[in-house]
Amino acid sequence: MTTASLRIRAGLVSIVLLVAFLGVWHLAVRSTAPVATMSAEYAKLMGLTATQGKSAMPGPLDVGAKLWEHVRRPFYDNGPNDKGLGIQLGYSIARVGTGYLLAVLVAIPLGFLIGMSPLLSQALDPFIQVLKPISPLAWMPLALYTIKDSSISAIFVIFICSIWPMLLNTVFGVASVRKEWINVARTLEVGTIRRAFTVILPAAAPTILTGMRISIGIAWLVIVAAEMLVGGTGIGYFVWNEWNNLSITNVIIAILLIGVVGMLLDQILARFTRMVTFPE
Amino acid sequence: MSTFDNPFDPNRNLRAGCACGQHQSAAEHEQATALRCDPVESEEKRYEGVVASAVMRAMFPQDLARRAFLKSVGASTALAALSQFFPLQTATEVFAQAGTPEKKDLKVGFIPITCATPIIMAAPLGFYAKHGLNVDVVKTAGWAVIRDKTINKEYDAAHMLAPMPLAISLGLGANAIPFAVPAIENINGQGIVLASKHKDKRDPKDWKGMKFAIPFDYSMHNYLLRYYLAEHGIDPDTDVQLRSVPPPEMVANLRADNIDGFLAPDNICQRAIYDGVGFMHLLSKEIWDGHPCCSFAASREFITTAPNSFAALTRAIVDATAYASKAENRKQIAEAIAPANYINAPVTVLEQVLTGTYADGLGGVKTDEKRVDFDPFPWQSFAVWMLTQMKRWGQIKGDVDYKAVAEQVYLATDTRKLMTEMGLAPPAGSYKSFAVMGKTFDPAKPEDYLAGFKIRKAS
Repeated sequence: MTTASLRIRAGLVSIVLLVAFLGVWHLAVRSTAPVATMSAEYAKLMGLTATQGKSAMPGPLDVGAKLWEHVRRPFYDNGPNDKGLGIQLGYSIARVGTGYLLAVLVAIPLGFLIGMSPLLSQALDPFIQVLKPISPLAWMPLALYTIKDSSISAIFVIFICSIWPMLLNTVFGVASVRKEWINVARTLEVGTIRRAFTVILPAAAPTILTGMRISIGIAWLVIVAAEMLVGGTGIGYFVWNEWNNLSITNVIIAILLIGVVGMLLDQILARFTRMVTFPE
Repeated sequence: MSTFDNPFDPNRNLRAGCACGQHQSAAEHEQATALRCDPVESEEKRYEGVVASAVMRAMFPQDLARRAFLKSVGASTALAALSQFFPLQTATEVFAQAGTPEKKDLKVGFIPITCATPIIMAAPLGFYAKHGLNVDVVKTAGWAVIRDKTINKEYDAAHMLAPMPLAISLGLGANAIPFAVPAIENINGQGIVLASKHKDKRDPKDWKGMKFAIPFDYSMHNYLLRYYLAEHGIDPDTDVQLRSVPPPEMVANLRADNIDGFLAPDNICQRAIYDGVGFMHLLSKEIWDGHPCCSFAASREFITTAPNSFAALTRAIVDATAYASKAENRKQIAEAIAPANYINAPVTVLEQVLTGTYADGLGGVKTDEKRVDFDPFPWQSFAVWMLTQMKRWGQIKGDVDYKAVAEQVYLATDTRKLMTEMGLAPPAGSYKSFAVMGKTFDPAKPEDYLAGFKIRKAS
């Protein structure tokens, strides 16, 4: 009862906040009266910002109308440089998926090995610490130069940026499995491999999945920047292309969609995390 | 006597009538030394003319004998007689086909600005298809990316700023990789735009301490802006700040007051005016009328591995350029290149750029039909000029063999041959003298020209 009423109240507050935000936004970007007098011939050559004092920032109604247009035809294809938002998002998700899966394939086994060996763990630590904080875009020129293919470069950048949180979390999860459990396994003469899969993996799984959840967030952050740089396809390219046209309306729509997709990806991994979490 | 004269004209004057001795009259001489990119009525007719002239000349190598023959039988009879025993039609077809392209599906990169008009419009208006190619024109994020993607062979050829192929071939700002320019895209078509608040600061002498944006270090924009400032006594390295900013961000930066102005490619200049954030201070044409801006470039490797594809591409670009150079086609072109797949800009803006009737941002409407123009011929003297400026501003250190570099990168000879085959009339020389802000440039004496500048980077 109390949780239900809390949820309803929270929902109400959310809606009020949203409406207030949209209202303020709408009022803030209203057109003012014509700014300067100009001849009709001149006015015909100028944009609405200059002739009607329309704010350069679109209002919520403009964005809503444009969004409806995109939602109605998400998969159109007008040639290599103009595709529907659905297709663009598809490209981005495919890139993120590929880079991220490769990172999972490398980070988890590697993290397991490092975590089980205190020697390796200490020896590799400085490298990981240096590589971890490097900005994704700093890798881009290097990737483009060595890999010589822009789409693979984008995937590589996703890979290199999403690998560290997973690696560190796996190492940490594996290394901090309770000593008692391992000792019990040892007394029962369980082999190393079996110990890894039946004792350590379940115990470390929640930590590993937390790392994976952080990584997918980072991967999704990176893809937009990478696609803005290499261009061609994807939601990042869409943002850049509309930025080129100074179409802030479309940029706002893209921002909204990037947020929604990011949230969905995060929720999927959150669900996995709940599946493997156990009460102690 | 050139390939384009009508050999069936018995009254043609055989004695040359102009100063250089190559043209019939002084007027024709003028026209040939000025610009010459008038497409002929129809492709077939053009090729037919070229083939028929060649055959006629081969039969009567002596001008006088041919004239006597034509006088006695008449031109149409002569042509009919000729086609009796020589298959003119077939010869024309064979000629027009040229070599089959080694590679038909090509990718050409471009930056969404009006300089790329010929490259872009060749897709929607079918110029690539006409020359047997299936070309994807791919929009690219910036000059450095287009350079890397072309070097990486993701693109077979690309739209580049005219100095870029020189810089790449010389290894400035990248590894040295031999590149070549078969065609210039546009001439003129840039402008200096200042923020609206500088309405009263029209004298460059008042610009000390201002911040300007240019699209790229190796660009005509950089060299022209530096030249313009230096001519007014402003040292571009110490008195003002020049920043390399991608064109689309220029308008936003101008609005945000991060920069005071820019020398940028068009549709960006006009876009700043359209959005009411700046005004046109000067068209680049007023600095140097007829300056090159962007080029169509490919690596030497592509040219040697796929010479026929390259020739077909060049033909398509030359064709498109010729089409774009005609004022009456400009409106149609503006509509063809405005959609999101190509430039992605309001049609009104593109129309103002291409037709030359534009709002100047100060409340006036101006008309200048040559605001932007299109001329494919890659003058080697352009390259020499750019090299002098690269040296002037410290991008090239030490000595440079101007002529050798210009001739290696700017393929004037090959383009002339190609244009001749297409029935166009390219200029006879590869070097021409021109004036930049009233100062004459002699391509034969680049070092003297360079020595004449007071303001330059101390080396």
